[in-house]
Amino acid sequence: MMKNGTTVIRKPRKNPYRWLIYIALVLLYVWAFSGVPFTGFKETAGQIMRSIVAGIFSPDWNYVYLPEGEDLLRGLMDTLAISILGTVISAVICIPFAFWAARNISRFRFISGSGKMVLSFIRTFPEIIMALLFIKAVGPGSFAGVLALGLNSIGMLGKLYADEVEAIDPGPSEALMASGANRLQQLWYAVVPQVLPGFLNYTLYRFEINVRSATILGVIGAGGIGTPLIFALSTRNWPRVGIILLGIIVMITIIDLISGYIRKKLV
Amino acid sequence: MKTPLPTSAKSAIHPSKPPTRMKHGLTAVIILVLIWASAVQTEASFSKLVIGLPNMLDLLRDMFPPRWSYFKNITNGMLETIRMALIGTTIGGLLAIPVAVLCAGNLMPSRWIYFPARFVLNLVRTIPDLLLAALFVAVFGLGPVPGILALAVFSVGLIAKLTYESLETIDKGPLEAMRSVGATGTQLIIFGVVPQVAAQFTSYVLYCFEINVRAAAILGLVGAGGIGLYYEATLGFLEYDKTSVIILFTLAIVLVIDYVSMKLREKLL
Repeated sequence: MMKNGTTVIRKPRKNPYRWLIYIALVLLYVWAFSGVPFTGFKETAGQIMRSIVAGIFSPDWNYVYLPEGEDLLRGLMDTLAISILGTVISAVICIPFAFWAARNISRFRFISGSGKMVLSFIRTFPEIIMALLFIKAVGPGSFAGVLALGLNSIGMLGKLYADEVEAIDPGPSEALMASGANRLQQLWYAVVPQVLPGFLNYTLYRFEINVRSATILGVIGAGGIGTPLIFALSTRNWPRVGIILLGIIVMITIIDLISGYIRKKLV
Repeated sequence: MKTPLPTSAKSAIHPSKPPTRMKHGLTAVIILVLIWASAVQTEASFSKLVIGLPNMLDLLRDMFPPRWSYFKNITNGMLETIRMALIGTTIGGLLAIPVAVLCAGNLMPSRWIYFPARFVLNLVRTIPDLLLAALFVAVFGLGPVPGILALAVFSVGLIAKLTYESLETIDKGPLEAMRSVGATGTQLIIFGVVPQVAAQFTSYVLYCFEINVRAAAILGLVGAGGIGLYYEATLGFLEYDKTSVIILFTLAIVLVIDYVSMKLREKLL
């Protein structure tokens, strides 16, 4: 409301039910904290913590390369290979899913809706559970990890790709159609150039996530650096835990830097 | 009359040369070599997959129909999972506030503070939550507490990163206005900074909570409490019809929490 050129600014009205929300929150926290046994730690906790920290600062450098195999470098290579192959597989498989789930491609809303639902179903599935299932199928090892990552990444990549497809400018496609191009030519000359940078960007982003996932797949026996880490933890070989953690941190930092650099150039 | 374009105008029209055929070819070769090397390293083989598929189908057949009676055995595990996610996210969110302020370039006086802070934050964010949980289990023993700690550390990394990026985009106007009328540092933060980022911060915490529920569901695999413990038990005894109950229950809970959290976040922003 304007009066003599000044605007009356009212205080924003507060939600009258907000006390209910606060009470619900308090009750939620009471419930949560009452159910957790905050007692009964190992008496050795402090000592182990110190050994781990000491292990991280005096890593077992000999483990970096062992001539007979099963060393840090090979474990990291394995992890990297799992994530590369998993990402490539999902980046290829998710393309049809993306077009299925994109709203502007299909004429009926329920088609894209069902595609989106399938993708979000895959997304909610934890990859480590998928890896457990693939281990049953192809046996323990890196290949099970590859398949788990490849299938699991479809959920997220498919959704991101679909968003990219939905953002397509129809202009070039229509212009090509008007000058007599067929469907395939339209796809190749109008759609692909528009979506390719986005697709590559998201693929690299997912690759960064997959490298992190691949480091934990070994925990259940699906290859990579996780297996020696769990082994070192259970045998209390702290210097080895230290060097493996260090290796993982360095590898992921380098991958993030490279991938971030390429993505910046793409967009 | 046509005049030749001066070179500067030409370069303005074509700001950069399109990459040559050679460069594209080289990129393709590098990618193919990477894929091939990865396939060799992981011993990927299509035939192994085809041979393994019947096993997989057997597995799926064993999983259905799910044995619904197992449901009541795992509700406690599920509740513990949600508790762990809730407490872990809360601790992480609280710790993330000072960390985010330390990392924000516009609030800290010197880059000698915020560069090291960001560096440490990035290092923390490289460690996956399951590895953190495995570490904490080694330190504290089995149970939900190591899981909660792992989630808390992971949450600090994520929430602090998102929050400091929001902090750096806040509007300077209110701050300058307050400083000009003599507000102290604490007053600046409480009345100038907090109102600008509070909604975003809450949204990040909710987002992190969604991620943490999923993470908490698998932390049990390394002995850190929650529903994940039951995977080992049922898969070890080949009771796949029970495993499928766990999977479906987890999916349902995750979907419900995601939906509620998404609605709340939409309301916030």
